[in-house]
Amino acid sequence: MAMKRTDPMVYQKGMEIIASDILDKVLKHVDNYDYLNYSQSDVKQALSKEHLSLEDYGALLSPAATPYLEEMAKKAVVETRKHFGNSICLFTPLYIANYCENNCVYCGFNCKNKIRRGKLSIDEMEVELKAIAKTGLKEILILTGESRHHSGVEYIGEGIKLATKYFSTVGIEIYPLNSDEYAYLRKCGADFVSVYQETYNSIKYEQVHLSGSKRVFPYRFYSQERALIGGMRGVSFGALLGLDDFRKDAYATGLHAYFMQQKYPHAEIGFSTPRLRPFINNADNNPNDVHEKQLLQVMLAYRLFMPYAGITISTRERAGFRDHVIGMVATKISAGVSVGVGGHEQDEKGDEQFEISDPRSVPEVHQMILDRGLQPVYSDYIRV
Amino acid sequence: MTDQLVIGGQRFNSRFILGSGKFSLEIVQAVVENGGAEIVTLALRRANQGGEENILEYIPENITLLPNTSGARTAEEAVKIARLAREINCGNFVKVEVIKDSKYLFPDNYETVKATEILAKDGFVVMPYMYPDLNVARDLVSAGAAAVMPLASPIGSNKGLSTKDFIQILVDEIAVPIIVDAGIGRPSQACEAMEMGVAAVMCNTAVATAKNIPLMAKAFGQAIESGRNAYLAGLGRVLNQAAEASSPLTGFLED
Amino acid sequence: MRVNGKEMTLGNNQSLLQFLAANQFDVVTLAVARNGEIVPKPTYDSVMLCEEDTLEVVRFVGGG
Repeated sequence: MAMKRTDPMVYQKGMEIIASDILDKVLKHVDNYDYLNYSQSDVKQALSKEHLSLEDYGALLSPAATPYLEEMAKKAVVETRKHFGNSICLFTPLYIANYCENNCVYCGFNCKNKIRRGKLSIDEMEVELKAIAKTGLKEILILTGESRHHSGVEYIGEGIKLATKYFSTVGIEIYPLNSDEYAYLRKCGADFVSVYQETYNSIKYEQVHLSGSKRVFPYRFYSQERALIGGMRGVSFGALLGLDDFRKDAYATGLHAYFMQQKYPHAEIGFSTPRLRPFINNADNNPNDVHEKQLLQVMLAYRLFMPYAGITISTRERAGFRDHVIGMVATKISAGVSVGVGGHEQDEKGDEQFEISDPRSVPEVHQMILDRGLQPVYSDYIRV
Repeated sequence: MTDQLVIGGQRFNSRFILGSGKFSLEIVQAVVENGGAEIVTLALRRANQGGEENILEYIPENITLLPNTSGARTAEEAVKIARLAREINCGNFVKVEVIKDSKYLFPDNYETVKATEILAKDGFVVMPYMYPDLNVARDLVSAGAAAVMPLASPIGSNKGLSTKDFIQILVDEIAVPIIVDAGIGRPSQACEAMEMGVAAVMCNTAVATAKNIPLMAKAFGQAIESGRNAYLAGLGRVLNQAAEASSPLTGFLED
Repeated sequence: MRVNGKEMTLGNNQSLLQFLAANQFDVVTLAVARNGEIVPKPTYDSVMLCEEDTLEVVRFVGGG
């Protein structure tokens, strides 16, 4: 039965509209970005510069840059050391709920996917938080599936308040909110907001987000801006690489972050670089063209374009990859990860969002960081 | 598409802004024409009784006049000077400068932001002279500045781009034209500033203190044009001859 | 009356325009502040001066 689908560019009721031109600017640049137009000399030119222009960034993401990965890596090491020294931040995610109202064809939490759903009670949250805090971690990322109905703003706020008892830094990765809701969660103690656009190609976006509030492209796009208006300290950007043309999506992600940094110079900017992994009930989800080489190219381009931005390396990647990119491009790594609901101390109350590739504990990751001549950092902030 | 400088909606082909101080009125026209300048700065001073030489008569017709607020020590004084200048009916451009340091003649950024805000609201095209500071430049843009004019070195010092790295940051981050003002001593320095991507260079003392003033104006005009072309052409690669690490960093990649 | 810092005698009732003309100021190329307030040019004819006034009469000179 054919269902009438909504226009993804039209806001749904209750969604805040802010005055901003960043979406138009990003889409215009991405439309004009043809990565086949760059030559090796454009890449060499970009590598010789101290500050990269948007064009230089485009060159580093192009196929012409493939033979220059080693040179990009050398430059990236210097830039990363310049801005972050030897430090590598450690954190872990805590999924407090996995209910979802969206039908996103690539995701394990997809509302049409028959998985075990659940959410942690406040008491259960506290047990999990305490267990995580015992590992020495000071930064936590609180995640939910995207369901306002099952995991309301107040519920998340209670979780954040509890988290601030045990952690000095609290990030959230939840469904997009209005700026007053972000302000409320900021008051509860949240510092950072991550929202991933998945793809910046609005046509592809529409095809993979069949229903739910996530289908509204501009509302998702402006999440980081509303979060900063709400007083958050920093925001993270990311495309799900491999969902669409990863070079264009990476280019758009960089520009999104770049224009936001220009408009909100006080904000801390972060990138995540998830690529598609197999997930439950869809083991043959088509492998895409983002191999490790391409993934590294994207990470290197982010680093060289915005050398001051934090970059997180996901547990979707194998240990051997993660260990080599920290210090070179990545500044933040998760450890002791569970991507089911809870699962740090008690049995999981819901199934996982994806399969992780690096199950190492906090002490194991800590030791690995030291072995690589880097310094594990648990807390980079003080609460005042 | 021609490469033009746009300030307050007005278009200019030349990126040389000429200061008219410190040389005699008879050569003003020759200096302006030799340098190809389209914007000339002026100052406001007390008039004397009994008719005196009027600088406006020496400046060619099509030139945009840019009165400055020299002499102002506070935002309030700068605003008053700008409004007096506007009464003379020579347009609504104003270069805000607020200086209360008589030794280095450094602009007071705080008062400059205040004056800029008031004058921009009052309909002026405001071009504030400032000490290159990114936060202040952002505040100036928020206050309505049509351009931002960071100093290269102290006024009249002819020392060149002492603040180069900070000006580069303004060029990279600020959306309105960045115009280097004060301290440029030689055409090569003006050229270097233009290569960095600044939108224009303003200069007075370096021209006024040359032996052959019109010829020096010509040299500056050419240097500024040359630097602009170099910027538009995209500077070539400078080879980095530093030692390189011996073991590869990307050997770990799989699949 | 003080004009540009100098004492001057005003004499009989005069408008600003009459005063400037009598003292060979070029009205077109100058601006005037009277007691700290800028006088709009179209009103020069109707502004009547008095002995207590302080005038600043300014014009453009070369400057950077």
